[in-house]
Amino acid sequence: MLSDQDRIFTNLYGMHDRTLAGARARGHWDGTAGIIEKGRDWIIDEMKKSGLRGRGGAGFPTGLKWSFMPKESDGRPAYLVVNADESEPGTCKDREIMRHDPHTLIEGCLIASFAMNAHACYIYIRGEYIREREALQAAIDEAYDAGLLGTNAAGSGWDFDLYLAHGAGAYICGEETALIESLEGKKGMPRMKPPFPAGAGLYGCPTTVNNVESIAVVPTILRRGGDWFAGFGRQNNAGTKLFAVSGHVNNPCVVEEAMSISFEELIEKHCGGIRGGWDNLLAVIPGGSSVPCVRGENMRDAIMDFDYLRGELGSGLGTAAVIVMDKDTDIIKAIWRLAKFYKHESCGQCTPCREGTGWMMRVMERLVRGEAEVEEIDMLFDVTKQVEGHTICALGDAAAWPIQGLIRNFRDVIEDRIKAQKTGRISAVAAE
Amino acid sequence: MQPPQSTQNALAETDILAETDQIVSRHMTREGPLLPILHDMQDSFGHIPAAAIPRIADHLNLTRAEVHGVISFYHDFRDQPAGRHSLKICRSEACQAVGGAALSDHAKRRLGIDWHQTTEDGGITLEPIYCLGLCACGPAVLVDGDVVARVDADRLDTLIEGLSE
Repeated sequence: MLSDQDRIFTNLYGMHDRTLAGARARGHWDGTAGIIEKGRDWIIDEMKKSGLRGRGGAGFPTGLKWSFMPKESDGRPAYLVVNADESEPGTCKDREIMRHDPHTLIEGCLIASFAMNAHACYIYIRGEYIREREALQAAIDEAYDAGLLGTNAAGSGWDFDLYLAHGAGAYICGEETALIESLEGKKGMPRMKPPFPAGAGLYGCPTTVNNVESIAVVPTILRRGGDWFAGFGRQNNAGTKLFAVSGHVNNPCVVEEAMSISFEELIEKHCGGIRGGWDNLLAVIPGGSSVPCVRGENMRDAIMDFDYLRGELGSGLGTAAVIVMDKDTDIIKAIWRLAKFYKHESCGQCTPCREGTGWMMRVMERLVRGEAEVEEIDMLFDVTKQVEGHTICALGDAAAWPIQGLIRNFRDVIEDRIKAQKTGRISAVAAE
Repeated sequence: MQPPQSTQNALAETDILAETDQIVSRHMTREGPLLPILHDMQDSFGHIPAAAIPRIADHLNLTRAEVHGVISFYHDFRDQPAGRHSLKICRSEACQAVGGAALSDHAKRRLGIDWHQTTEDGGITLEPIYCLGLCACGPAVLVDGDVVARVDADRLDTLIEGLSE
């Protein structure tokens, strides 16, 4: 288990002082100017050494992403954009940072912006996060008053401005290019890539979009060294990570743990075990609603990191929002609910996603009731394959994967229900 | 779908345009000013009046279609006036698991309206919202921009009575 000395987020639960004074007492904003003095290349090298992979779901190495930014400006300014549009069902880690430990994020914004030659940073927060917006804005104001932001930020000689923008209720704005569009005041419809944001992003200028957690861990990594961070977790899956465990565990929580912790240890140590014991575990969605679900029996020994979940279980770590479902769950209905969510949030730009998400939801609706033919399961699978990979952004994939996971893992449950509906006998698996 | 507001409440078009000009001028110097403008419009009028769209488009050198597209894209913006107060109930999973669904039914019965509708006196508009970030202390509701947690039927009644006064 991760020891308290190695935790980056020391006020995750808001038990301590949330103000700047409190953050300073916990070691934040310590020697920020000194870190910046070491220069851009040192920071990016140290980030690469730390092995930090993006915490927003895709797991792209953060240091590498930063190194794509142009070294010399061609006259255009550069921007850092922080993605705080945390809207995915199950994911609830960034809000704890913004509400209780906002100075980790603000300090991270300054250092990361310096590393990519940006004098301005935008944090895009979702419209529904009202308390989080207030807390973050208060912390930003505090930092301005203390001279940590603005001209000569934190005495580093770097001029830096931080803006908080808020969204207006669209999940798709969490996609990086849609977020950029939305910041520009347009409809949040994803852009084609290339050009990648590092070449032409916000207002056509070089831009890097990072998740809140990716940025908030930066100051501590640089203070303690990339090697320290790389010491946690397996090769290529380094660091500590916020896990957000919800669903049928005795004590749902958001907790910082070392990567590559086993699922069993995570649940037993922090969540008080599965409701009704391990035999009662039906399925787990290990990375937020966009990744395929995994059968409970395969999950117990699972290692919670990017490579294991993708390679061994055909799922993914995503945002590490672990959704646990016990045998009380109607798994078909649960996945239908996700299908409905994606149908509602599809931006309508690409035809396979706009039409496909509705299609998939309607077939799922019938599967929930069992009013379908067994052949339709394969047809549905085929439809998901036609949506996946045929859209500009990953929302199409995200809508297809949960259904693929359901069909791969729980085909028997779906078939049982169809048969039960046909014969009129109540199936053993029909819940509710 | 929604009853039009009484004519006494309706603003004259010239007032709308004057206010629109003011809001736009506050944000003109910003980069990407359309969303902040629309947020402010919604704060001032409770919705974004159709009469203001050509004016905003004109100021920002956009087409009316572009402005309309942005307004209709985001769930938070409305093109029709709503009630004097808004009541939004969280419909996400965590709140549903601790009685959010029953609370929604109670609210609908008590107000005599369905989602997205306004009470007859134009007092309260009822809307669903998805995750206010208060999953640990649900069910949560949003009353005119204030979040309230651990709301049960009694507490909701008190809130509604507070709004009707």
